[in-house]
Amino acid sequence: MPRKRTGLIEWGLIAVVVLYVAALLLGPLIAIVWGALSEGVNLFLREITSANALNALRLTLILSVGATVINTVFGVCIAWVLVRDDFKGRQLINGLVDLPFAVSPVIAGLMLVLLFGREGWLTPISDALGIKMVFALPGMLIATTFVSLPFVVREVMPVLAQAGIEQENAAYTMGASPWQTFWHVTLPSIRWGLLYGISLTLARAVGEFGAVLVVSGGVSGLTETSTLFIFRSLDDRNYVGAYAMAMVLALISFTILMMMEFFKKRTGEGS
Amino acid sequence: MSARPADLKTERSPAASSRVKPWGRWGLRFSAFGYLGLMIILPLSAIIERGLKDGLSMFWAEIASPIAFAALKLTLLTAVAATAINVLMGTLTAYVLVRYEFPGRGLLNGLVDMPFAIPTLVTGVMLVVLYGPQGTLGALLEAEGIQVIFATPGIVLALLLVTYPFVVRAVQPVLMEMKRDQEEAAYTLGASKWVTFYRIVLPTISPAIVTGALLTFARAIGEFGSIVVVAGNIPGRTLTAPVHVFGQIESENVRGASAVSILLLALSFTMMLSIDWMQRRKTRGGR
Repeated sequence: MPRKRTGLIEWGLIAVVVLYVAALLLGPLIAIVWGALSEGVNLFLREITSANALNALRLTLILSVGATVINTVFGVCIAWVLVRDDFKGRQLINGLVDLPFAVSPVIAGLMLVLLFGREGWLTPISDALGIKMVFALPGMLIATTFVSLPFVVREVMPVLAQAGIEQENAAYTMGASPWQTFWHVTLPSIRWGLLYGISLTLARAVGEFGAVLVVSGGVSGLTETSTLFIFRSLDDRNYVGAYAMAMVLALISFTILMMMEFFKKRTGEGS
Repeated sequence: MSARPADLKTERSPAASSRVKPWGRWGLRFSAFGYLGLMIILPLSAIIERGLKDGLSMFWAEIASPIAFAALKLTLLTAVAATAINVLMGTLTAYVLVRYEFPGRGLLNGLVDMPFAIPTLVTGVMLVVLYGPQGTLGALLEAEGIQVIFATPGIVLALLLVTYPFVVRAVQPVLMEMKRDQEEAAYTLGASKWVTFYRIVLPTISPAIVTGALLTFARAIGEFGSIVVVAGNIPGRTLTAPVHVFGQIESENVRGASAVSILLLALSFTMMLSIDWMQRRKTRGGR
């Protein structure tokens, strides 16, 4: 497909794009590695293995895995309803799914504070259940779940539609239960799209900052995620700590990005 | 963040799966509606109620307060600037990635997705390390009298980084699917490369460019994580609207926070609706 003859103008355009990407994306990446390691590897290791840093990483892991599991279950469910079910207002529900993309994370956090904070609509319910939402883990989990909600739905919908219903119906005809059909027929046909959606969800959840910042109250060691750790370290002028954690998060994101690329390729091949 | 809103017409199964028992279907429907209602509609209603319950005049007073107004203006200006640059560079990137062959093309293609994966706060920290007063490049620029960090250029830079994939990923598939015969014909008739691009390629990809631009803008007016680190957040000068919302929450002015939020939400919802409308028009227009 690409044009064979590559003239001066072509090389010029390529150079512009490569330089732009190098300056915009690669420069800052190299800078953060340099910033984290400039004071020596030992200091970097000491900062990243400090009790607060490890707690923050653990909390990020718990929240992002939790949000990913919730969004995977409900995401597949929503995708199924949108693709296979027929009802009035499907277009509306379909549009609703995208809304978290259009909501600033800070505003997402504000919404939860309004629902669960003082005089919040749902505060009586959470109080009655004895669950502390704002400035606590449950609120942070909901915040993380909210911002990463659309990914699984959006990635599963096209592969589910493409898979069609012939095989599912065949399974039913042979006497399979709905659960067996889903597990043995539907799930295998959507697996790469689903995994791609899951990795997008995970990446978004690991990096969530604004919504969690508003909801958490930032109690170090208790409600401090990795991104909040970076933010507080910058405030405390603990630059090595902030840069070290930023580099670790960048590394984690890169790993997830590699997974994403792999699953995306498989999604394409699966058709 | 994926740059393609779902197209319901093509993503419908022909005969909705009749084999699933009614109670099972109702169960799934109920879970889907319940989840979306609790997670999206309820929180949205809460913010709209809080922003408007003291009356429209209070709502306007919060938005028209000098600091909120300046913050909204700065957010719109920087978002427009970032969108303009992104349209230019994103289209160019997509074009180069699809049409030319060069060493490192695969790597470049992979790098484009990077901003989707890297946390925006980390993006901000990266920019501070590189362009901040302590950084080598930052010190160099400062000597030239150019301040990037804690100033407007830093905000635009952060937005450019965070939104880079949107235009590229919207335009790329359209360029890949585009048939080359019209271009070849134009060449044969003696049109220059620029004329061919302007007259034939651009009209084909312009809807995708607009979609990418709208996504960029919607994302840019809500951006928080990278900006809060980069901007310095001086009220009236480098305080953007989302950071202002955060400040108002911190100082317990929930009404002010909600009012500015409602305005931002209305703006980005308009963007999303326009994208949806364009998408549907495209499907109806036939292929």
